[in-house]
Amino acid sequence: MITINHYLVLSAVLFSLGTFGVLTRKNAIVIFMCIELMLNAVNLSFISLSSHLGNMDGQIFVFFVMTVAAAEAAVGLALMIAFFRNRESIAVDDFSLLKW
Amino acid sequence: MEIMYFYLLAAVAVASGFMVVTCKSPVNNAIALMMTFVCLANFYVMLDAPFMAAIQIMVYAGAILMLIIFTIMLLNLGTAVARKGSHSVVWATVLALLIAMQGYFVINRGEVSGITGEITGEMVKKVGHTELIAKSLFTDFLLPFEIASILLLVAIVGAVIIAKKEV
Repeated sequence: MITINHYLVLSAVLFSLGTFGVLTRKNAIVIFMCIELMLNAVNLSFISLSSHLGNMDGQIFVFFVMTVAAAEAAVGLALMIAFFRNRESIAVDDFSLLKW
Repeated sequence: MEIMYFYLLAAVAVASGFMVVTCKSPVNNAIALMMTFVCLANFYVMLDAPFMAAIQIMVYAGAILMLIIFTIMLLNLGTAVARKGSHSVVWATVLALLIAMQGYFVINRGEVSGITGEITGEMVKKVGHTELIAKSLFTDFLLPFEIASILLLVAIVGAVIIAKKEV
């Protein structure tokens, strides 16, 4: 019997993996992919709680999370292309223009 | 039987999630990320949410991942590999473990059983998941739906403007 705790623990594991990736990697695209992993972990816990509680609202929320993720992908990758054009690199260490 | 399938899928999801974090080449990371998305779509089917599984495959594995892979190939990142290693692995491990522990404790303390809404697995099978989602989306959540469409429009225009040659 699969309980809700199985799904929530899996979601926590995936989220912490994504956090680890965001903190350690230097390639901006890989960091972006790790953020997508974290978003997906949150989506999993939303859907598991939604189907556990018998309520549709969590799944609607996942729908909007996916919308925002798609918008974020378009704008974020365009930003990376613009950065690469200026700096010939997408390592996050080179993005230090706004650092005082 | 179902629990064995769950553990198998969970193992694949966590292993490919680990590969997303650790693989050196960005293309390998993207392929591993796709594996994670497909595993999560399987979980959504197991949770009586087939429509969510379908749009997980279409939006994430289809659109977003394709965009990522196109960008990787456009930038030709094979020549621009990070010359140094990574940021502090030790502290990141500590922080990630802390977040996982926190999630684990919150889950174990919480009590969500005994609350049951009107949507059950049988009802989803009988009425259809898409219909339930649509009914909810176009009645209770109509305003957020419209705002999401404006957000997507702004994202399209913004992406075109940002990625132009001279701004």
